[in-house]
Amino acid sequence: MADKAKKIPRQKMPEQKPEIRRSNFKEVPFGFDKETALLEASRCLKCKKPSCVEGCPVSVPIPQFISLILEEKFDDAIAEIRKKNFLPAVCGRVCPQENQCEGSCILGKKGTPVAIGALERFAADLEINAGKKDVCLNVKKTGRKVAVVGSGPSGLTVAGDLALKGYDVTVFEAFHKAGGVLVYGIPEFRLPKTIVEYEIEKLKSCGVKFVLNYVIGKIKTINDLFEEGFDAVYIGVGAGLPSFLNIEGENFNGVFSANEYLTRANLMKAYDSDYDTPIAVGDNVVVVGAGNVAMDAARTALRLGGKNVSIVYRRSREEMPARAEELHHAEEEGIDFKLLTNPVKVLGDENGRIKGVECIKMELGEPDDSGRRRPVEIKGSEFVIDCDLMIIAVGSGANPVLTRSEKDLALTKRGYVEADSETGKTSVKGVWAGGDIVTGQATVIMAMGAGRKAATDIDRYLSEL
Amino acid sequence: MYEILKREEIAENIILNEIKAADIAAKAKPGQFVLVKANEQGERIPLTISMSDKSKGTITIIYMVVGKSTKIFSSLDKGDFFEDVIGPLGMPTHIEKLDRVICVGGGTGIAVLYPIAKGFVEKGSNVDVILGARNKNLLILKDEMDNISKNLMICTDDGSDGRKGFVTDALKDELEKEKADLVVAIGPVMMMKAVSELTKKYNVKTLVSLNPIMIDGTGMCGCCRVSIGGKTKFACVDGPEFDGHEVDFNELQMRLRAYLDREKKSLEDYNCKISGNR
Repeated sequence: MADKAKKIPRQKMPEQKPEIRRSNFKEVPFGFDKETALLEASRCLKCKKPSCVEGCPVSVPIPQFISLILEEKFDDAIAEIRKKNFLPAVCGRVCPQENQCEGSCILGKKGTPVAIGALERFAADLEINAGKKDVCLNVKKTGRKVAVVGSGPSGLTVAGDLALKGYDVTVFEAFHKAGGVLVYGIPEFRLPKTIVEYEIEKLKSCGVKFVLNYVIGKIKTINDLFEEGFDAVYIGVGAGLPSFLNIEGENFNGVFSANEYLTRANLMKAYDSDYDTPIAVGDNVVVVGAGNVAMDAARTALRLGGKNVSIVYRRSREEMPARAEELHHAEEEGIDFKLLTNPVKVLGDENGRIKGVECIKMELGEPDDSGRRRPVEIKGSEFVIDCDLMIIAVGSGANPVLTRSEKDLALTKRGYVEADSETGKTSVKGVWAGGDIVTGQATVIMAMGAGRKAATDIDRYLSEL
Repeated sequence: MYEILKREEIAENIILNEIKAADIAAKAKPGQFVLVKANEQGERIPLTISMSDKSKGTITIIYMVVGKSTKIFSSLDKGDFFEDVIGPLGMPTHIEKLDRVICVGGGTGIAVLYPIAKGFVEKGSNVDVILGARNKNLLILKDEMDNISKNLMICTDDGSDGRKGFVTDALKDELEKEKADLVVAIGPVMMMKAVSELTKKYNVKTLVSLNPIMIDGTGMCGCCRVSIGGKTKFACVDGPEFDGHEVDFNELQMRLRAYLDREKKSLEDYNCKISGNR
């Protein structure tokens, strides 16, 4: 088996050519066909103690589902994944596999790891294409009601897990569409919205109710929810308060948070001329930051007609937090990387529109708290990048809308909800929290992992009531 | 879906809609707003809740038809629906009992001012109201304001109703006449700026309600950022009301013009489309 794995190289997903995809919003990789999936699945060593599973925040039974793919039992493969992961088509696409399952794969030690993400996506897409939605038949109802605040990845995971255990779950979403960051943040070319809709339909078929346009903290407090008969509440509202650079000129027109730019493009579909949403299209675009959100913003600006799109990042390539695949795709599409560069001032014209950004060159000094080498300014190295659009993607703080209305909910100094790292339990009885509103901005799968732990604890709590 | 129970053109190009939204009505307080979206393709437009009726489960919005989105809103009749109404958003006005509050409203800002003025009256404050409009045909909620205020003063640019001149002229006279504890000024940006400059001279605390461009209304996008005392604030979660003496009105005016060309074109295209259909 090991010899075989050495002979077969890691299979690549076919994808749209960079020169074509840079002007459309269709998904970039096409996914594996059956032959390629079988070939890739055959590379798995089926380790007795699979380190890939340990690398997965929701412990997907990876060798098992890959074996089922190899046996061409595709329905069983997806059922195996779904035991642990309610959003496989999403995770197959957006998880940072290189740091998780694939990063732990034994094959990666000497060669290239099994393409676990691509195989997960393969199994999930087959199910979507077949349109199967009946996963919750014969679930015995507990008669208990759970409210989930926020319909992003952690909220959906809690909803799915608890619905499967027979709870009556209602998800409250502030936007007019469910899905949270999967809908407003991650672009269509990386995660088609039909997939998110499918997963949500699937939850609905399990009896999960979705209430849209409902800002908990404003229209209802958590206490109201208890008074209305909910037995437990899960808070998964996301980080959702964009950070700015706090530099001069940041409020000129043409300077956006990535959240705004992506929300306009994704949720409000500004790229579709049938929609009324206006968006700024720049010839010369500067995106500040180097995480996944920065890559999404840069590639969106490119697709909307940007001619020169640059990523400006104060550290070096090694420290860039984005997924390897996103960096690779961005580079292929012609995004320019201006590394060890930090904006110091936004320049505007007499009409209040941005015309450039003054930057300074940086060098790496001693390691900082994050363990990464601290970027230090090089005196006298200031220079100007001409641009007509600037997108700031340097992370988010804690959104105050819900937490302000809940005086008893203990918060951290930075305004995040204090929750037990193993159970998600908060300082308020019957209230759990997880995802970015607890950890600060992280990944889809980390939020799902937190949702999983909380759902388990909510189940334990409600069973003992 | 949110049903429109009433549609009335209360002044030239100014529309009032009463909307069925029981949960919002139950929680709405003066100073708060909703985001309204007409259909799947539409924009999310922030509009202040002018009135709310808990028992009927309704809220009332008032808007001037200025662009494509409000034109679409205005085309909806009684019995039609808004696809999305989200709220109540923003911080409610801090309402207390004061000896004298002067409420100054201009244009459709009067619709925002009304529930706040009413709130102060209900708390037992003495409220004088100064309303301004370009001409009498554009003046709204005059009778409603008359019913609640101690004194109502009207200013029009052309003198077609009340005093000819700006609200600041009337306000100056009032501040000269008798001390005020608070001025609440809501209207066009330049009106709020002029009022705030005037009240600063008289050292009277002044509350303004800002109307920047918004998307989510929950602090998530930062589109509505405004500079207050040199610090960036988000109007949707920190406001929409701020100390008028701290607001950078010029920046607000500049940011409101971000999509002016696009808005104009969008409206022109829409007008062509609907006239072509006739």
